Amino acid sequence: MRLNGILLPHKKRTEYSQTKILSLPERVKICMSQHMGAPCVPLVKKGDLVKVGQKIGDSEAFMSCPVHSSVSGEVVDVSEMLLANGKTCKAVEIQCDGQQTMWEGIKPPHINDKKSLVDAVRESGCCGLGGAGFPTHIKLNYDENKVNIDSLVINAAECEPYITSDFREMMENPEDVIEGIKTIRDLLKIENVYIGIEDNKPKAIEKMKELTENDGYIKVVKLKSSYPQGAEKVIAYSATGRIIKEGSLPSDHGIIVMNVSTIAFINRYIKTGMPLISRRVTVDGDAVGRPCNVNVLIGTSLKELLEFALVDFDIMEKLISGGPMMGMCMYDMNAPLSKTNNAFLAFKAKSASKLPLLYKGQTNCIRCGKCIDACPLGLMPTELEKAYDRRDREMLNKLKINLCMNCGSCSYVCPAKRSLAEKNQLAKGFALSK
Amino acid sequence: MEVINPMKNKNLLVSPSPHIRSDRTTAKVMGHVLIALFPAAVASVVIFGVRALALILFCAVTSVIWERLCNLIMKRPNSTGDLSAVVTGVILAFNLPVTLPFWMAAIGTFVAIVITKQIFGGLGQNFANPAIVGRIVLMLSFPAAMSNWVEPFYNKVDAVTTATPLVSSNASYEELFLGVTGGCLGEVCVAALLLGGIYLFAMNVISPAAPLAFMGTVTAVSYLAGEDGFYQLLAGGVMLGAIFMATDYVTTPITTKGKIIFGVGCGIVTCVIRFLCSFPEGVSFSILLMNILTPYIDMFTLKKPIGGLPGEKKTKEVKENEK
Repeated sequence: MRLNGILLPHKKRTEYSQTKILSLPERVKICMSQHMGAPCVPLVKKGDLVKVGQKIGDSEAFMSCPVHSSVSGEVVDVSEMLLANGKTCKAVEIQCDGQQTMWEGIKPPHINDKKSLVDAVRESGCCGLGGAGFPTHIKLNYDENKVNIDSLVINAAECEPYITSDFREMMENPEDVIEGIKTIRDLLKIENVYIGIEDNKPKAIEKMKELTENDGYIKVVKLKSSYPQGAEKVIAYSATGRIIKEGSLPSDHGIIVMNVSTIAFINRYIKTGMPLISRRVTVDGDAVGRPCNVNVLIGTSLKELLEFALVDFDIMEKLISGGPMMGMCMYDMNAPLSKTNNAFLAFKAKSASKLPLLYKGQTNCIRCGKCIDACPLGLMPTELEKAYDRRDREMLNKLKINLCMNCGSCSYVCPAKRSLAEKNQLAKGFALSK
Repeated sequence: MEVINPMKNKNLLVSPSPHIRSDRTTAKVMGHVLIALFPAAVASVVIFGVRALALILFCAVTSVIWERLCNLIMKRPNSTGDLSAVVTGVILAFNLPVTLPFWMAAIGTFVAIVITKQIFGGLGQNFANPAIVGRIVLMLSFPAAMSNWVEPFYNKVDAVTTATPLVSSNASYEELFLGVTGGCLGEVCVAALLLGGIYLFAMNVISPAAPLAFMGTVTAVSYLAGEDGFYQLLAGGVMLGAIFMATDYVTTPITTKGKIIFGVGCGIVTCVIRFLCSFPEGVSFSILLMNILTPYIDMFTLKKPIGGLPGEKKTKEVKENEK
């Protein structure tokens, strides 16, 4: 059995774009909530001098990871900022001194067992670089007495159109990926490793196969290019054949799923001790003059990144952070880059008008069932929509609205152009409310 | 301290994901169905003459007119652009004998579009296939005109009447396959209907579940009843019904399991009517009956989500407390 999925145009125009480095910005604004979980508390105040890699935010909470300064310079402001999702959090603004002086505390961590690995990963400020931003050390810090982890799944599917940042990681730093895998596998004593790559990236598959030839326990899995192949539940199933049940984590089924860029970063951190202060971002879309992959310091204003990619601001109507299927619309070009941003897509007015906001050509549901054929988790989006419209909480729960991961496949295929994914999100909130 | 010069922020569009949509629209789906109906339409014109074409066009045009009038009277947006009215009109025409007076055909499209579809809320809201209801109303209202079958290739007003192969049972398989028999406009030429069905399947418009279940059941039950199953499959309206009406999205079940139940049900009812009732043909009634059962089939064939845990069943006490 294979999970359902949909075929999307790949549009990986930046796949041959060697990662460029964005010049040092004048000022960065580092947000305290870049990961899933509790936001950090700023450790610095206005007027403090900070250096590259210095921790500037941390939290006592279980589900959190620290934030580091990406530049050296002076803290000019610690203020509230509005995030793209409508929440607010503290942000530290730093005026760069241009020296990029390294913080003295930066040294390769001493790692010899699981505990020291987990601590080191936490200190690195690492969270899932694929977009969700789940703090990585929590994934690694499972309770051996309760679960038996036997599979590590490396998510290199990159199933969203346009985005190539994970692909470039595999092409440019393949050794980091493999060494990172081996370190984690050996420390956690995991038997099987699966590197899941979609078959639209034959070069990456070839490269990974070449590097893992001598290691019988690392398997490169060629996945069908069907969206959402890179969703955690889907890739875990595609690689291991195990279904991650409702309400459980991959670790409950003996699996850890990690993004390929995340694991490469962890390897670099173990070698150098430099925490997560920059990341690779794909900039693409039809308003972009120079589609490219750029390595950008966390906290850099998006505007600088977009200017670097020669985005035509006059024709840009829509700016998406992430892929076109699950990405979030940005309303502010001056927002800072965060750890979880793997791509920015800028679209023209013409393509934007085709976008669902305007509901052009929306008709009644014709019950064609395409959404049901598309849903990777076997949900019935059209029935969910009807249940939500009549505010039928019991039916929504029966149809398992809580399983919806908002992949957007249902909205994509709908010939009646109904916004099913959007309704599902509303319905999820409604079903949870009392 | 100088602040980074905040660029004059232009207004950006903000909308929920996904930000791209497929090319397929309702109108395109209906367009595919029209293309699939085309071979059968050509066949009907070849077999029954130009009046067949006139009747098909008349039904399509009146359907669109009724639809637009309903839009205007009910103050709904213009829905003729989705082409569903055209499809209904053509399929209804396929269910009529070529000699049917135009005014009767207009009544048929009125029943289909206004009474069956628009009054229930328009596209997607009708409980039964509009063309089927239109045909049944005509059949019960004008039984003589609706069973005035002519010999193929007689292109005159005073054409020679004949019986349908279901009544006469004397057509060969080849004749049935090519459609050189008496019958409704669109139902006679099995070859053209199959061509349309294959097109719809290839374009991913229909699922083969319901048609195959329908055809298979008709064949199997006929053999069990001691009839010629293959003859029963080729003669009459089974092919037209299975390919174009048992696959109507709106009035058939939404899951594959449901579609199979629907097809099997249609097949059984068709055979029961053909062999045991006074009507020679039972396809329309069988589809109508199964259309009415569709919500119940849907209710019992809900898909089981992957990885979903069984929900907590509410005990009687909890339910009473809620009341």
